[in-house]
Amino acid sequence: MNGVGSVATMVAVEDDVSVSQQKTRHRAQIKRVRTNRRLLLPAIVFLILLTQIPFLVTIGFSTIRWNLLYPNDVGFTGFDNYASVFSSGDLWPSIIATVLITSLSVVLSVLFGLLFAILLDRKLPGRAIARTLMITPFLLMPAAAALIWKYSMFDTNIGIINWALRMLGLDQVSWSTNYPLWTVVIVLTWQFTPFMMLILLAGLQGQPGEVLEAAKVDGAGTWRTFTWITLPHLRVYVEIGVLLGTVIILQVFDPIAILTKGTGGTKTLAYLLYERAFIGLDVGQAAAYGVVTVILMIVIATITLKTLFKVFMAGGNR
Amino acid sequence: MAIALALTACSGNGTDEEPGIDSPDVGGESVTLNVATVNNGQMKDMESLKGEYEAANPGVTVNFQVMEEGDLRSAVTADVASGAGQYDVITIGAYETPQWGANGWLVDLTEALASDGEYDVDDILPPVRVAISHEGRQFAVPFYGESSILMYNKEVMDAAGITIPNRPTWQEIADIAAQVDSPDMSGICMRGKPGWGDLFAPLTTVVQTFGGNWYDEDWNATVDTAEWREAVSFYKTMLDDSGQADPVSYSFNECLTALKEGKAAMWADASVAASMLEADDSPVQGKMGYAHMPVVETDEAGWLWSWNLAVPASTKQQDAAVDFVKWATSKEYIELVGTEIGWSNVPPGSRTSTYEIPEYQEAAAAYAPITLEVMSAVDPTQPGVNPQSWVGIQYVAIPEFQDVGNQCAQLVADYLADRTSIDDALAKCQTLAQTAGEAHQN
Repeated sequence: MNGVGSVATMVAVEDDVSVSQQKTRHRAQIKRVRTNRRLLLPAIVFLILLTQIPFLVTIGFSTIRWNLLYPNDVGFTGFDNYASVFSSGDLWPSIIATVLITSLSVVLSVLFGLLFAILLDRKLPGRAIARTLMITPFLLMPAAAALIWKYSMFDTNIGIINWALRMLGLDQVSWSTNYPLWTVVIVLTWQFTPFMMLILLAGLQGQPGEVLEAAKVDGAGTWRTFTWITLPHLRVYVEIGVLLGTVIILQVFDPIAILTKGTGGTKTLAYLLYERAFIGLDVGQAAAYGVVTVILMIVIATITLKTLFKVFMAGGNR
Repeated sequence: MAIALALTACSGNGTDEEPGIDSPDVGGESVTLNVATVNNGQMKDMESLKGEYEAANPGVTVNFQVMEEGDLRSAVTADVASGAGQYDVITIGAYETPQWGANGWLVDLTEALASDGEYDVDDILPPVRVAISHEGRQFAVPFYGESSILMYNKEVMDAAGITIPNRPTWQEIADIAAQVDSPDMSGICMRGKPGWGDLFAPLTTVVQTFGGNWYDEDWNATVDTAEWREAVSFYKTMLDDSGQADPVSYSFNECLTALKEGKAAMWADASVAASMLEADDSPVQGKMGYAHMPVVETDEAGWLWSWNLAVPASTKQQDAAVDFVKWATSKEYIELVGTEIGWSNVPPGSRTSTYEIPEYQEAAAAYAPITLEVMSAVDPTQPGVNPQSWVGIQYVAIPEFQDVGNQCAQLVADYLADRTSIDDALAKCQTLAQTAGEAHQN
């Protein structure tokens, strides 16, 4: 990626400085760069050991035939596992499920997060308590959150939502049966809205006060201030939120395992991989799925970060 | 750690203890047994009574790792298959036991059980013993066994003037369910949650009693057949007409809650549910009636399952583990549960002698006779109309069945939720089952 070894400082060369002074400055700079690199080395080594070695092992596993139920029949099969990944017909629906669930959850979380951030940005009594309560969903463990929603909210017998619908005289909703995708998206949105809210709140509170005052003095109303000053300022924060949220939500497993068990178009790549590894007990095939997933992610991430996202560009390029 | 050290310090010389099933000769060292088990009521009771075992066997500490069934199966399979040796005692079902025994992954317990007269291995219910043995060798001991029965709310039936016979047919039950179905209470509750142990446990028995099965004798898959079509569409129609809303999120626990709350009038599921419905904290205690699992073409349609304790071959504490396993399935343990926790919590369906204990007969009067009747009558070697090449009722005792059953359950669940047609679902399931069956066609 960027930044680790590159020299970010711009050396200002003055016209009247002598050559020897330039050389000394240059040597000091190289020494500084080397020291920086040496200080970063432990962290990099740790990162490589923890992420790259398992990944290489996974690539190795994807080229062998290894089913845990037949531990004596292990052997090299080249690209057979990849062939079965692409021909099994599970990959494409899984990609669609992953894209749908992730994008819907992220977009809705950002919208709701923005709404709540605006609400909490104003000074009102009890703001601290309100903020703490708002953050709580994000603090829950994903499995606990999914279980609460499954039994206390969505259940047709004992769930609150259906009870409320019955009170209002409406038909009850069979969540997992009729709306499996929305069941998962609702739980994820509920959990990640606080996350987005915190990021956007930081953005809102980081708005320079003089700019807002100037806007008021110039006669801009609340709506125009919001659309022309606040939103552009928040763009970087939204991008950070979307990036981090996507990375986390892509990997979620608990809501799908607990609410729908992968049926109804909710079998994301993470859940599919789990099924192949722990129910199919086919290590080779699961590893192949894993490698394909990572390659897809790298491709998408590279394209998105280079073209769409401005958050990683230096100030002048925005 | 501190407790283990303290126990070591406190325990006397190992040779002072009497030999017998309660005291392994651990020689005064501290032994920690890791027990992997499923989160059912009886297992939790075992965990709460482990203090008794530890007190009788100083130096032994028992750690329970309680997991949900699916997680337990994957964790234990991965551990046993890779020889990791993480667990000393594992809880496995009747599905895994003969296969893992054949693989050499489990310690052969036949001698250890036969040589112990007090243990009385012949007391174990014969069909259960058949299901967990391989070529005459026994590789686990049943902790509790169950079949499936029909459970119904007698009050509701009496109010509607309906009598349910002891051996009903599925058509009768479907009709009765439609009769008593109302907006507040569904006529029947059946499992619909995708999973080979969830949806397919009852559904396979329904298929079998309609005349179908997973494979024929030569391991050709027979899923895409008229019998399957009839059975599965019957199941869906019954649930659509008189079943619970949101069927694909209902499994054992959800239906149990529905019956306890009076939101369902009937339920065909594991016989062990009866003990929970008759427990002191159940709102429907004393109001339930029980009958044989409904049939169509066969005499019985109950399934057979047992949760068993086994000792992985990779354990480093084989003697202590075998001893614990014998304690937890002994007649003494059953008495212990009865006196300490309650007679209706006694692990059912493992030993014939349990059904002769007067206190148990009294506490379980409503459902013990029928459980014993059904469990003695089911035949795991041929539950369906046609012969089959494996031993097992609601599962096919091949390793691929977990995967095949799971994927097929997802397909059928999609059908129950109106997301796919029955022809699509069965056709796809047939392909999966056929591939798995071919591996055994030799």
